[in-house]
Amino acid sequence: MNDMIKMQYVVPADDFTRAGEASSSVKRKLKLMGVKPEIVRKVAIAMYEGEINMVIHASGGIIDVTVTPDMIEMVLKDRGPGIADIDQAMRAGFSTAPDNIRALGFGAGMGLPNMRKYADELSIESELGVGTTVKMKVNIV
Amino acid sequence: MSGFFTSVHLREELCMGCINCIKRCPTQAIRVRNGKAVITKEFCIDCGECIRICHHHAKEATYDSLEVMNNYEYTVALPAPSLYGQFNNLEDVNIVLTALKKMGFDNVYEVSGAAELVSEMSRDYVANNKDRWPLISTACPTVVRLIQVRFPNLIEHLLPICSPVDLAAILASKKAMKETGLPREKIGILFISPCPAKVTAVKSPIGIAHSEIDGVLAMKDIYPILLPYMKDSVDEVENLSISGRIGISWGGTGGEASGLLLENYLAADGIENVIRVLEDVEDNKLELLEFIELNACSGGCVGGVLTVENPYAAKVRLKRLRKYLPVACSHLENGNIQEGFWNDEVNYKPVFNIGNNMKESIENMTRVESMYKKFPKLDCGACGAPTCKSLAEDIARGVAKEEDCIHILREYIHKISNELSRLDGKK
Repeated sequence: MNDMIKMQYVVPADDFTRAGEASSSVKRKLKLMGVKPEIVRKVAIAMYEGEINMVIHASGGIIDVTVTPDMIEMVLKDRGPGIADIDQAMRAGFSTAPDNIRALGFGAGMGLPNMRKYADELSIESELGVGTTVKMKVNIV
Repeated sequence: MSGFFTSVHLREELCMGCINCIKRCPTQAIRVRNGKAVITKEFCIDCGECIRICHHHAKEATYDSLEVMNNYEYTVALPAPSLYGQFNNLEDVNIVLTALKKMGFDNVYEVSGAAELVSEMSRDYVANNKDRWPLISTACPTVVRLIQVRFPNLIEHLLPICSPVDLAAILASKKAMKETGLPREKIGILFISPCPAKVTAVKSPIGIAHSEIDGVLAMKDIYPILLPYMKDSVDEVENLSISGRIGISWGGTGGEASGLLLENYLAADGIENVIRVLEDVEDNKLELLEFIELNACSGGCVGGVLTVENPYAAKVRLKRLRKYLPVACSHLENGNIQEGFWNDEVNYKPVFNIGNNMKESIENMTRVESMYKKFPKLDCGACGAPTCKSLAEDIARGVAKEEDCIHILREYIHKISNELSRLDGKK
């Protein structure tokens, strides 16, 4: 099937000046592609949250984005410490971010809750010491 | 795509076909084709950056000549507050206003006076529309156009109130009709503008169906004529000013926002900074703000391309000038002025799309990506596009070809010449 485009982004570790580059690039491309503004916004916000999480918690990682005429899928894969308790991590306000990160204005514990809010589908697979894979889907129609 | 008016245009005979403007344009609206710059009108937001950067003076703004004054029986000058920042040691804005009358205008109406009314209306609107926070200033027409073509999600945040000059035009034309008894068409409401975007805002307004401004004059054209009249006016100054500190402050960045008397506002200037702020607002990265003031020009309106003075010097002068003025001199007498609100819907104009539907867009984006991989990523501009990425997009849009890239062309020629020598060797 040719009706899809795949894009891959490498998220660097610990570089806050570059955090958000991947989601900005996707946002720009989706706008060029004429995806409805409110859908672009959902993707940009959900993906930025995921991207920033990779920088804060997981020494970066890889994001694969697939766009079809019906949906946008984002797979964020890292080799970070893993999430001990996913349900707890999903709770608004829960955060394990260290103080230096909070001082930058991050670590409010809204990352995963926001991803759930803005993505139409969200699934998380995580293993302690191995890494985390977050899959998000936003429907276009 | 028709219906797009832009004030910025090219003087082809002066254009050398260099790459300065294509590199500087924030919306990548310019290409060099056949040795001359070409502006894609629907991409242009009239920011004036290309006018600023062009060493050959090949970019110009469209505005009215002073002769427009002769078209009317009665003329009213609408000086922007940035005008007051153009003069050294100015102690009293009434000197400028008196001089405007001496140079031939029948009357003056300060845009800064109307700005104080806009400030009052905005205060009320911001306080009563929390669901639309952060409200984004709509005084800079370049910013409004930018949002219309590039930030559709932010259209609902636009402050739906006329810019000070449009409100000034409404009030000045009514006042002139009342005072002279003349019909509207015999009265010329002429704006003395710091920027070309205001010309566009008059010809194809956004948010209002029609502008009451009849002509836009360039501040730089008025300046040299006004100077001698100002010297003459010093001894017989008429008291014409209707604005105080709030109104005058609108001439520079932060003036509008500070006039709202809010705590949580942001004021940014310079088109690249404006774009960064808008990106962040769109991504929910700037929460808890009530108001955002954005000016395309560095320094605010004093930085417009039709001004004469260094914008930061002009800002200092405005600060000095307003020091002993009352906070505001113009006030709403009977509540909000209904005509001061927007009366036209603002719709998203998706001018940058690379396909007519999702399927086509995916195909074209796939082409863009694969093409981009082939290019050298030097962003040299030799093809006439500002970046390798934009050339790839142009090719997908069907307005450029691969061999426009001189690096690709060189490889291509190299291949052909190899082929030829191989054939030659066979003989």
